Amino acid sequence: MTPAPATDLSIAMAIAGAALATYSLRLGGLLLAERLPKNGGFKRFMETLPGTILLALVAPGIFSAGMLGGGAALATALCAWKTRNLLLAMVVGMAIVASGRLLL
Amino acid sequence: MIDEMRRGALANLPVGASVAAYGSVLGMLAAQKGLTWAQLLAMNLTVFAGSAQFVMVEMWTPPLPVVEMTLAVLIINMRYLLIGASLNPLFQGKSLVQKAGIMHLVADENWAVTMAAYRNGGATTGFLLGGGICLCSVWSMGTLLGHQLGALVVHPERFALDFAFVAVFTALTVSMWRGKSDIAPWVTAALLAVIAERWLPGKWYIVIGGIGGALIPALPSVFKSRKKTHAKSPETAPVKPITEKTK
Repeated sequence: MTPAPATDLSIAMAIAGAALATYSLRLGGLLLAERLPKNGGFKRFMETLPGTILLALVAPGIFSAGMLGGGAALATALCAWKTRNLLLAMVVGMAIVASGRLLL
Repeated sequence: MIDEMRRGALANLPVGASVAAYGSVLGMLAAQKGLTWAQLLAMNLTVFAGSAQFVMVEMWTPPLPVVEMTLAVLIINMRYLLIGASLNPLFQGKSLVQKAGIMHLVADENWAVTMAAYRNGGATTGFLLGGGICLCSVWSMGTLLGHQLGALVVHPERFALDFAFVAVFTALTVSMWRGKSDIAPWVTAALLAVIAERWLPGKWYIVIGGIGGALIPALPSVFKSRKKTHAKSPETAPVKPITEKTK
């Protein structure tokens, strides 16, 4: 019932292609950043980047999680702000969403 | 170094639980698609990127569309270009071997945990690597268990395990806050990301939101410096200090 297996060569190429693509982006980004100017606008860009990437990573997830997700994210953020405890903030957010899904 | 790695690994354990649960879902799907556990392990160790691996497994129908798959992975993982660039200050003074070795084990989660710790003065490349080893281990364990036994958690949503990622990244985002100057870039990043996620495939929203937001504080001076460099041609550059002094 299992589908016909892919050929060994194509499997190796698929995995190697994905690995090479991902690794070149990871290392390429780091090495490229060394070539960029470290002053003025570029400096401010690079200093702001970690925060904006993180926010861009998470914002659609919060947005599409609706009221429950939004409320839980807010609680998570407040907890993280007050306690600086990542695990606690995460558990608070997950508990709100899990219980909300159970009840609603 | 070992001590730093241990700290990094421990800091990534909370989110690691969710990573393992989602890994088991991937493992189950991979088994259905006919991947052997050895192939799955090879993928975990060499690609090590969750969402890209999900897409690969989804596309895994013989004959394998190798070119399309590689392109899809390239597009999904485009954000690593930015993530890698943002790690530049952390790698200051490290050798190329260290850079090349450690960057392989950079995932969204240990990057975010490390950047947050770095901002509070408590992260090194060892911390980043420890987190990467932790995540790669739990990811591999999760996927292989899922491959052998089926998903550990069949409906991860029921236990809000999907929200674990949102919660972790939310909490880490909070710790990146630098003050009022972040308001405009952050609002821009969030808006762009939400809009891009609606209209564009893959993970473009991370790249677009991240770059768009970070451009806000950068733009005015990029303009200025461009005008400056435009006015001064390379040949007159050595004279520059004199003209500035006479001003």
